[in-house]
Amino acid sequence: MDFREYVIGELDNDEQKKFRKELGEWLDKNISPELIESTWILRTTANIPYANDFAKKLGEKGWLCPEWPKEYGGAGLPAGYATIVAEEISKRVLWAPGFLGGLIGGVQGPIIMQHGTPEQKKEWLPKIAAGAQFALGYTEPNAGTDLASLQIRAAKDGNDYILNGQKMFSTGAHNARYHWLAARTNPEMPKHKGVSMIIADLTAPGVTVTKLTTIAGDRTNEVFYDNVRVPQTNRIGPEGEGWNITRSALAAERGDLGTFPWPKILVDELIQYAKETKRDGKPLSEDPQIRQTLAQLSMDVNVLRLYGRRLNWMIEKNMDISWSAPFSKIFESELSQRIANQGMNIMGLYGQLEQSSKYAKLKGHIESAYLTMVVRSFGGGSNLRLRSDIATRGMGLPREPQLAMPVKK
Amino acid sequence: MDFDYNDEQKMLKQGAREFFEKECPKSLVKQMMEDEKGNPPELWKKMAQLGWLGLIYPEKYGGGDGNMIDLIALEEEMGRACLPGPFFSTVLLSGLFILHNGSEEQKKELLPRIANGQLILTLALTEQSDSYEASAITVEAKAEKDDYVIDGTKLFVPDAQIADYIICIARTKKGTKPEDGLTAFLVDRKSPGITVTLLKTLAGDKQCEVVFSKVKVAKKNIIGKPDQAWSPLQETLQQVKIAQCAEMVGGAQRALELAADHAKKRVQFDRPIGSFPVIHHLIANAMMDVDACKFLTYEAAWKYSEGLPCAKEIAMAKAWTGEAYQRTAAMGHQVLGGIGYTMDGEMHLYFRRAKSGELTLGDGKFHREELAKLLGM
Repeated sequence: MDFREYVIGELDNDEQKKFRKELGEWLDKNISPELIESTWILRTTANIPYANDFAKKLGEKGWLCPEWPKEYGGAGLPAGYATIVAEEISKRVLWAPGFLGGLIGGVQGPIIMQHGTPEQKKEWLPKIAAGAQFALGYTEPNAGTDLASLQIRAAKDGNDYILNGQKMFSTGAHNARYHWLAARTNPEMPKHKGVSMIIADLTAPGVTVTKLTTIAGDRTNEVFYDNVRVPQTNRIGPEGEGWNITRSALAAERGDLGTFPWPKILVDELIQYAKETKRDGKPLSEDPQIRQTLAQLSMDVNVLRLYGRRLNWMIEKNMDISWSAPFSKIFESELSQRIANQGMNIMGLYGQLEQSSKYAKLKGHIESAYLTMVVRSFGGGSNLRLRSDIATRGMGLPREPQLAMPVKK
Repeated sequence: MDFDYNDEQKMLKQGAREFFEKECPKSLVKQMMEDEKGNPPELWKKMAQLGWLGLIYPEKYGGGDGNMIDLIALEEEMGRACLPGPFFSTVLLSGLFILHNGSEEQKKELLPRIANGQLILTLALTEQSDSYEASAITVEAKAEKDDYVIDGTKLFVPDAQIADYIICIARTKKGTKPEDGLTAFLVDRKSPGITVTLLKTLAGDKQCEVVFSKVKVAKKNIIGKPDQAWSPLQETLQQVKIAQCAEMVGGAQRALELAADHAKKRVQFDRPIGSFPVIHHLIANAMMDVDACKFLTYEAAWKYSEGLPCAKEIAMAKAWTGEAYQRTAAMGHQVLGGIGYTMDGEMHLYFRRAKSGELTLGDGKFHREELAKLLGM
């Protein structure tokens, strides 16, 4: 056994040390306080202009995808450098969903690297490495957890596909140029086999993006396709292989969702708040129930840290992580909701105040978290579904038999 | 970073599993719940021969020079086996207290005989006030020439019914703080004035009321410094808690496996009940819970064995593991249904021990409060 804490940079060779220093100086100049605070309010990256500008600046240096070859817009650095960039950015308390995932080319980069033709690599990888925004087009009104039942149709016509249908919860689609679409190319095949991955241009004629407002006041979108032409060369991977490709992409997204530093930051803030705040003449931290709550939450944060470290260790040892990978995602999302809920109780009436209020405490973080954290237990794969994956893969329980039930329409 | 045991520890663990499967079947465990002594002598002797009773002691005291991680590997298997007997009271509570605080003479005299299975010891700490705080200790020891005379009642003393010696924590002086003025006495259980009464308990483990009535103890039988037993005792208890957590980890892991195995085999509505998502969820939650117990315990044990500060880690491990073991066994009962509710089953052994382990040496609430203090609140 060895639970030694890894100290950032301790394993660097001389070249890496030099790189870390140069990078650190650049980050200090380019990470603005506005950028940091914009991620503190825990809204979605895609909607944070500062984050997108920063990604582009990072892309110009080749550091958004540091390990990619220069011809694809990377910095051509050896393995290990993406970790250095991620570490240095995290150190500066800059985080937002999907952002660090961007360092490996987000969801699309690794897939195009693996499944793309040489022409597709030349076309798309440099765009991704420069910080081009892609919106994800998976979910549809009738395809959520059962994603494979998606209906959006891509029908062949000459060298093109003609797209018809609708995507939902396509966050960032109003800012992004490209749509990473799972579409049905063959309606005759069983549902998992007739799906392909296609990149669509969101500015093409026939595409309509409309606003959906989340409970957290954040924007997501519906995207409608009405006879939209997309060249077949925009299909990534073989026709009908979209499902397998999407599954590996979702796994990458879940891994990213699991690397979330906020639970610790929020609990530390709440402990500080309880020490400094008096109610009825006594510090909150002397209330036995608040002491119990905060001790439990800080234990939970520690468990989350251990799940993450164990997963990294399993990856290092090439072990099967299919059952253990969702632990962090499930635990973090539910812990974040507990922190927000119990944090509100600790803060009392002040907990309700939004960041903009002059009376807001902890910059409104808890109020914001109370709403934004709701999405985390079903976004990127429903925890309810993931628990079944854990039990069937990790403990060998049988899967639920697939039974169709007649539904009254 | 390494979340696993090394090869030697894995061998020790595997060997212990096979040994207990053969030598400590659940029928024996159930028999010992009813037995007044609660310690099958043959099993104790064999464990001594295997070197397990002295595993954690230095070689010069007849031990195996093992570290904390070796010990928790063994403890996990003891928990899985629901091992009855005085390992906790003798080897851990008493032996470790003597190892850390005894005089050279006491260590040479007592530890080799614990390791070879000749001596059973226990530690009498708690009283009727049901508290692990120093202020709870009211049993008094008064100096009288070369002796002390102990008066008072200790409660929930493990294995006192078979102990050769009882280490009694008694108040020798009224200090300014309740932690001051406490002394540890090594008392021969057969001394005049000691009455031991067995208590019937949930887990069928052996806990006793021990009444001291004018019990004489020679001054030379004090372990450690007079009037200053509290803080060294707390240090020993920290180490014991890590081992105790590992025992609970082993039990929780087994309870989870029993539930999952049953879910795979039991058919209702023409399908194994393990194919229902509601069962998936119960099992998945327990898997996450048990893994958390493991990692919290492993990290505490690793830090302890490296000589690093680990008070927070121990508080977290004890708080989490006690409660999670109970949740896991309670879940197991629901998956097993009626068949798990009979004495023929095994789940109840884990269900009982989980609660007992949770309560012993401080429950979740107690350790969350410890943690709150350590977090500066």
